[in-house]
Amino acid sequence: MATVTLTVNGKKVSGEVEDRTLLVQFLRENLNLTGTHVGCDTSQCGACVVHMDGKAIKSCTTLAVQAAGSAITTIEGLADGTQLHPVQAAFREHHGLQCGFCTPGMIMTAVDMINRHKANGSKLDEKTIRAELEGNICRCTGYHNIVRAIEAANAAMA
Amino acid sequence: MYEVNYHRATSVEEAAALFAKAGDAKFVAGGQTLIPTMKQHLAAPSDLVDLRHITALKGITVSGGQVTIGAGTTHAEVAGSAQLRSACAAICDLAGHIGDPAVRHMGTLGGSIANNDPAADYPAAMVALNAAIRTNKRTLAAEDFFTGLFETALEADEIIVSVSFQAPAKCAYAKFPNPASRYAMAGVFVARGTDGSVRVGVTGAGSSGVFRHSGMERALAANWSTGALDNVSVDENMMLSDIHGDAAYRANLVKVMAKRAVAAAG
Amino acid sequence: MGMEGIGARVKRKEDQRFITGKGRYTDDFRMPGMHHAAFVRSPHAHARVRSIDKSKAEAMPGVIAVLDGRQLTGDGIGNLICGWMIHSRDGSPMKMGAWSAIATERVRYVGDAAAVVIADSQARARAAAEAVVIDYEVLAAVVDPVAAMQAGAPQLHTEAPNNLIYDWEIGDAKAVDAALASAAHVTEIEIHNNRLVPNAMEPRAALASYDAAEDHFTLYTTSQNPHVARLVLSAFYQVAPEHKLRVIAPDVGGGFGSKIYIYPEEIVCLWASKRTGVPVKWTAERSESFLADAHGRDHVTRARIGFDANHRITGFKVDTVANLGGYMSLFSSCVPTYLYATLLSGQYDIANIHCNVKAVYTNTAPVDAYRGAGRPEATFVVERIMETAARELGLDPAELRRKNFIRSFPHQTPVIMAYDAGDYDATLEAALKAADYAGFAARRAEAEKRGRKRGIGLSCYIEACGIAPSAAVGSLGAGVGLWESAEVRVNPVGTIEILTGSHSHGQGHETTFAQLIAERFGLPVANVSVLHGDTDKVQFGMGTYGSRSGAVGMSAIHKALDKVEAKAKKIAAHLMEADEGDIVIENGEVKVAGTDKKLGWHEVCLAAYTAHNLPAGMEPGLKETAFYDPANFTFPAGAYVCEVEVDPDTGTTQIVQFVAADDFGVIINPMIVEGQVHGGIAQGIGQALLENAVYNADGQLVTASYMDYAMPRADDLPSFKLSTHVTVCPNNPLGMKGCGEAGAIGSPPALINAITNAIGNNNLAMPASPSRVWAAMHA
Repeated sequence: MATVTLTVNGKKVSGEVEDRTLLVQFLRENLNLTGTHVGCDTSQCGACVVHMDGKAIKSCTTLAVQAAGSAITTIEGLADGTQLHPVQAAFREHHGLQCGFCTPGMIMTAVDMINRHKANGSKLDEKTIRAELEGNICRCTGYHNIVRAIEAANAAMA
Repeated sequence: MYEVNYHRATSVEEAAALFAKAGDAKFVAGGQTLIPTMKQHLAAPSDLVDLRHITALKGITVSGGQVTIGAGTTHAEVAGSAQLRSACAAICDLAGHIGDPAVRHMGTLGGSIANNDPAADYPAAMVALNAAIRTNKRTLAAEDFFTGLFETALEADEIIVSVSFQAPAKCAYAKFPNPASRYAMAGVFVARGTDGSVRVGVTGAGSSGVFRHSGMERALAANWSTGALDNVSVDENMMLSDIHGDAAYRANLVKVMAKRAVAAAG
Repeated sequence: MGMEGIGARVKRKEDQRFITGKGRYTDDFRMPGMHHAAFVRSPHAHARVRSIDKSKAEAMPGVIAVLDGRQLTGDGIGNLICGWMIHSRDGSPMKMGAWSAIATERVRYVGDAAAVVIADSQARARAAAEAVVIDYEVLAAVVDPVAAMQAGAPQLHTEAPNNLIYDWEIGDAKAVDAALASAAHVTEIEIHNNRLVPNAMEPRAALASYDAAEDHFTLYTTSQNPHVARLVLSAFYQVAPEHKLRVIAPDVGGGFGSKIYIYPEEIVCLWASKRTGVPVKWTAERSESFLADAHGRDHVTRARIGFDANHRITGFKVDTVANLGGYMSLFSSCVPTYLYATLLSGQYDIANIHCNVKAVYTNTAPVDAYRGAGRPEATFVVERIMETAARELGLDPAELRRKNFIRSFPHQTPVIMAYDAGDYDATLEAALKAADYAGFAARRAEAEKRGRKRGIGLSCYIEACGIAPSAAVGSLGAGVGLWESAEVRVNPVGTIEILTGSHSHGQGHETTFAQLIAERFGLPVANVSVLHGDTDKVQFGMGTYGSRSGAVGMSAIHKALDKVEAKAKKIAAHLMEADEGDIVIENGEVKVAGTDKKLGWHEVCLAAYTAHNLPAGMEPGLKETAFYDPANFTFPAGAYVCEVEVDPDTGTTQIVQFVAADDFGVIINPMIVEGQVHGGIAQGIGQALLENAVYNADGQLVTASYMDYAMPRADDLPSFKLSTHVTVCPNNPLGMKGCGEAGAIGSPPALINAITNAIGNNNLAMPASPSRVWAAMHA
């Protein structure tokens, strides 16, 4: 067992966990932040994506102890109070979700994607968005409206 | 996942000491292969020694064509390094297509080559670039480092510190991804040195892991053009065969990817 | 309509919780004292269980029970059933082998449950499951359905000699044979409709708790139809009587058919919770989903079609072997029969059709309905053979289809279905125009210059949705009626709750169903809640599958609203001293037509509950229930055009254009309908291009994770061009047909027709992986 201390959605938290505990388990079970999901066991579906120190990572492929000392943002911490993040708003506006299961990971990936492309000044066109979504699987939407949502959010965040 | 004890090291020496004290330990860097393997109960180390917080393992230096990349440098950092791109853009492009963006934020060069997955990208580059792989004990040539499927010359307690290579005059990597895993079904890294010598590293396709293709190297050394590869044969007997493609298909892919890499290298 | 009525692109009410991480899926629920189940699954495709040694597992930390199949049956838990009786052509009933939720003597596929461990954490349960030692006598296995019927093949169930479950037929064989014998041209194809793993992104899960004081169970589960789950768990598996079992299907992360069925894990969690006295949760890992979710498709088919000299179809003969896996899943029997062969007429006027289906046991995971369920298989046969015939006859594939379209409705096919409405020319013309079909030759020539092989393919599909008229399906062997129910509760303040037996797991019912209120009363959808998925709240329901929630589920709501409206009008007429026939309800007001007399909607509702001044004899309250049983199936139809470029060096296919023109009847929310089509097309493209569940000869699932099972990803797909063309369904009050499966039904043949057109080789199996396409180009 280890005590892990980290910052989650701006709040310092600690918890007693076994060393083998995955970050996603710590978030879901210790912190009751069940918005982060597990959809596969081979690090491919992306339902578990959160941000660690501002970068998208797969919380099913990271131990909680590895994340100790870092700052984690989950889907629950993305909105500013009742003000949705532009990516959240765009997913609703463009019907970028159906069953909602992959959605938290999709949104966290999209935020990271837009932020990175803005930071390095590269263009985020449809082809790039589709390539950037390689690590996120959606079974409902056919990605069409997810792409529209990310395009719109990217424009809104200009 | 079975129970495991986690240790975080802040220096290579501390990592080696922690490793020595533990039972059946493994080093973990980004963990993007090891953690899933442990989740599936296919690996069960008693202890994990985390190398991710060792500053000495990070960073990229380019000096007079000599490139050194710290083993702990993530794929995203390699892909995004302007300095490295100006010296050897192919390695940046290669890193930018490993896994997906989230995996690239965690996964490291050192972790990738230490695992030597036969479908991983970096081994092809290391072999083609004739990279020197420096560990906390010694320095190995890439060809001596990769010894077989998931096998390397590393001893259990040995830590990769960095890889170095002389930036070639021309180089490029072309990869054909597996439709499911997106790992390479065939990945070919071609490099033409400033002295005109050519090295071709092939990953994904070979039944024994990464290999150099001497026939292609000879043909390209004589004539650096895609046409030079037309009459080079790729031995089907050396190729993997599975539901995603038989040996004949993979042999074809090796040649097609080699041509595309030569074309991209210019 | 108001701003939010029928036809409005209302943004989804349910999205707020999903985009903020506040959805509540089964695995998100926890209970005090909760333990975790881990199943010991057979590593063998076929084996006898000689003995089970639990001692080591039982001694491990946190383990409270290790349970086996004999204990399960010893406690009176019944075998799983298939709920649709099919009779073979010789009149004999289908031959169903026993399926115990945990195997008692024999395991029949890799992943078959052989024991279960209950422990205080998931990790401990899993570790202990590995420590259960089962002595297996490994038996020969068979995974190929054709081989399974041969003499000497391994036998799965004593009830089914030669592994044959049924040998069923529909249509007039002699008439078809005669038509083919005298045809001017006969086209023949052989195809394998590849096996798929549904892969809803939320893995299946169950959380069961038993309250000893009340002798009552609660089950949270990933179900598309919680009432059917409760019914089957009670009536057949003897878990508990219905009034002692509450089934809750909360937010469910996609189903696509795979969450219709009541699986062994749900039964075991309920049983184990009573036996151990603690709540028991099981959540599948993805690798378990691959092994133990019901798979889809897996047909081997030979088809022959005859044409007269004018290229009119004279006869169509189809012989199919359907692989149902190791056991008969809940609705497995009807998928390759009444959901398949009844659609073999496609959009075409065909006088003579005969289909023979042999359903077979093999040592593979059970196969059941997956998005489209039988109709994609039928459409693939019809649209591949039409395209092939056009090529053989040297005709434009669009023209051959036009020559054979049905143009007069109603139209009775020779395979049961009576099509009620449609305009197949309209959808085909719309699709061809949107795809610039006429300009294809120039695009192909341009691609050739770039070294690419460009191809175009069509698919004109039809499906039967709105499942289903209860008496009709009852006569065909269904064990249940397929009506739907709804309750509309108007609260005293005028807000409304709709309780529906449909279940939303991505379809947006909370929004679309509320739009019926906006349409009817002019109230904002914000004033409406849609409740579903809880047997304690909702009266009853048959759930969501077969694109039925609109045509059947919303029709039930429509009927209940008729009753609410009638009562509200009676009350308003009484209060305003007007004639009931003069009352109109619009924009949230209840008015007397032709006067300025009016009441607010909320005032009428309050009056219904204060009951101070109601018409003589009227009961207080404003709450109505309706059951709706459809009069017929509905028949969505459309035309899809796919255009591809193939890289001849690698065999890689790039979809450069995908056009869909669909007729879904009346559409409530176009935004949501488009989303359903996008997703359906993606799944169809997945089947045609990427996905394949492969068992090796030993019965090991080779594609048991996303490392080998290729899921469609964003960069595999293009953006889609959609349009809709309405013919109103005459058989339900809203004129709806259904849209949930069309994309998955129509798209695979369009894609394969396009690739085979590009490469000039018609012999190409699904999925058209790069290696297969490359091999076909070099054949």
